[in-house]
Amino acid sequence: MNKPVNLLMVGVGGQGIILASDIIALAAIKAGYDAKKNEIHGMSQRGGSVFSHIRYGEKIYSPVIPEGQTDILVSLEEMETLRWLKYTNKKTKIIYFKNEILPANVQEYPKGIEQAINKSFPNVYIIKPEELKEKISSPKYLNTVLCGFLSNFLNLSKGQWIAAIKDKVPKETYELNLQAFETGTKLKT
Amino acid sequence: MTTKQLLSGNEAIARGAYEAGATVGTGYPGTPSTEILENFVRYPDVYCEWSVNEKVALEVAIGASLAGARTLVTMKHVGVNVAADPLFTLSYIGIKGGLVIVSADDPDMHSSQNEQDNRHYALAAKIPMLEPADSQEAKEFTKLAFKLSEKYDTPVFIRSVTRLAHTNSIVSHSKPTNRPLPQGFERNIKKYVMIPAFARLRHLEVEKRLALIAKESNELSINQTEINDKKTGFITSGVNYHYLKEIYPEATILKLGMIYPLPVEKIKKFCKIMKRVIIVEDLDPFLETLIKAMGITNVQGKKLFPLTGELNPDIIRGSLSTNKSSPVSINIDIPNRPPALCPGCPHRQVFNVLKKLKLTVSGDIGCYTLGVLPPFSAMDTCIDMGASIGVAQGIEIASNRKKKNTVVAVLGDSTFAHSGITGLLNAAYNGRHSLIIVLDNGTTAMTGMQPNPSSGETISGNPTIQIDYHKLGESMGLDQDNIREVNAYKEDEIEKNITKLLTSEKLSLLVIKGLCVIFKTRRIKQLKKGK
Repeated sequence: MNKPVNLLMVGVGGQGIILASDIIALAAIKAGYDAKKNEIHGMSQRGGSVFSHIRYGEKIYSPVIPEGQTDILVSLEEMETLRWLKYTNKKTKIIYFKNEILPANVQEYPKGIEQAINKSFPNVYIIKPEELKEKISSPKYLNTVLCGFLSNFLNLSKGQWIAAIKDKVPKETYELNLQAFETGTKLKT
Repeated sequence: MTTKQLLSGNEAIARGAYEAGATVGTGYPGTPSTEILENFVRYPDVYCEWSVNEKVALEVAIGASLAGARTLVTMKHVGVNVAADPLFTLSYIGIKGGLVIVSADDPDMHSSQNEQDNRHYALAAKIPMLEPADSQEAKEFTKLAFKLSEKYDTPVFIRSVTRLAHTNSIVSHSKPTNRPLPQGFERNIKKYVMIPAFARLRHLEVEKRLALIAKESNELSINQTEINDKKTGFITSGVNYHYLKEIYPEATILKLGMIYPLPVEKIKKFCKIMKRVIIVEDLDPFLETLIKAMGITNVQGKKLFPLTGELNPDIIRGSLSTNKSSPVSINIDIPNRPPALCPGCPHRQVFNVLKKLKLTVSGDIGCYTLGVLPPFSAMDTCIDMGASIGVAQGIEIASNRKKKNTVVAVLGDSTFAHSGITGLLNAAYNGRHSLIIVLDNGTTAMTGMQPNPSSGETISGNPTIQIDYHKLGESMGLDQDNIREVNAYKEDEIEKNITKLLTSEKLSLLVIKGLCVIFKTRRIKQLKKGK
């Protein structure tokens, strides 16, 4: 595998993006790959947009994904999916949570996003958080659900994923995170 | 066995300091530098403190070093401005235990008020500077910095940038070196007391030392060449090296690990065998200017690249070729998602009042800077930490004195301790009558909840003093009636007190108290866990 895997994970501050991307990058190094993960935080902790670039492969140079080269764009919020399109191409898989979080001082949520995304990309996967309510104990595990779902698309073994989760989540939430991960693996691809 | 871990640049610098045998860490929180000290404090047998500002952090570090401890000091780029005063003299007195200063720069201003290029500090203060390109190098360069520091009796800078600080990449650990037991301070007035007569002698030593380091830099393996062809060669450093390799994996590159002093012979040799040399660097033409000053003429730099913002693979490619990617575009207007004060934030009420009263608000650095944005739009200036108090005084001086006082200074508790107290003293001393509002939320919220002198605990969680605003104000001659504390959630109380204090002919201090909501939630969780 000479070409790196490029994953761009985006959303809003507080959604657990950093933890999810930590897990993915760690699973990749457990699989023996070189990996880099970059995110910008600071002011974004106050409800701004958050993004994390995750790259793994034989040798990774830039921590930032070059424009147009994202393999999978993962978004935890619907409109955030669109903010980062310059990193995508026609083949990019789009995975997003059907989640609407209005920015402060904005009254109306932009319309027609789902149709536009479906029209522009052949591979779109929409996850509806409310349909997961009964399967996971708390919405705070949605990020591990996402990891489970992503495991269907990435060449990392289940053992590597689970080892990474074990290393990264607080001990007392490990079982619940594992359950959320399993839930994610079973979502329709 | 070496363990491989994913570490951020900041975690790796902390690890490097630990492996180098450093036992003291000081600093002031500032994005993107904050996590260095937060990670360093977790190592055994290490003393760390959040100092009240960067100048004090450096001064404490100097003392620790002179008593023999290997010492790490961390700050963001603008923090070095605060520390600049002791910095330039530290260069003269030198060190005893290795002393490494991290300047975490923020090209593109992800969370800063300017994007100054701190490589100029290395040049101006005559202090060697290393610039790592990834986490492994961040760790190794920190160790090397301690070595060079002790070898040449000099402080050494590590220059980091946001992309390095907040990028996780693979690091392999090695065993920490022996931690020398500090031998204590030994008197040496010609070296440590910089009266002009002694300082003149020390300046000669500084120049001698720089020449020696410059010579060694030609041999240092951190300045490395990868030669593949002789048509175009690149000179670069730090994360830009990886951006270049990303787009031109076969490029011919001289990668500088030490960016001051420069390895002159190595650079001359490299440029001589190349037809054309391109210098790839963020912000100012720092390397370009120094390299051109060596009399080298086949180099280009900022003619091709922007002077502002950080570079990335796309900007570098765009500057060097016309090949562009064609991303997907969807034509829907997406509103911006600017950061905002949290729901339930204790700062909300005061900004409502300030807006309502249409006051001129001299602001400061912290979460509450967001008071400048709608719905509050209640801040008129923001320059640097502590400036709110000074600027308010200037406005008061230049405005018609008979006019009703309509200027207030607003700053947070950590900022007040950082450099607000001296501003307050100046206002008291010079007979000002401005109103100074301290928004005390019990923590340094903007950078992620670091304790400060109003929090009642230290970086290690040990209990300590809390500023007593009444006693402090009183000691500066403020009337007790002009020092007030109000609950941050009682908007009418806030309004009443501001209105009342503005009519006072005397300097006033209004402290608005309410715990940061994020901090409070975290505390409740900890209590539940029984910590």
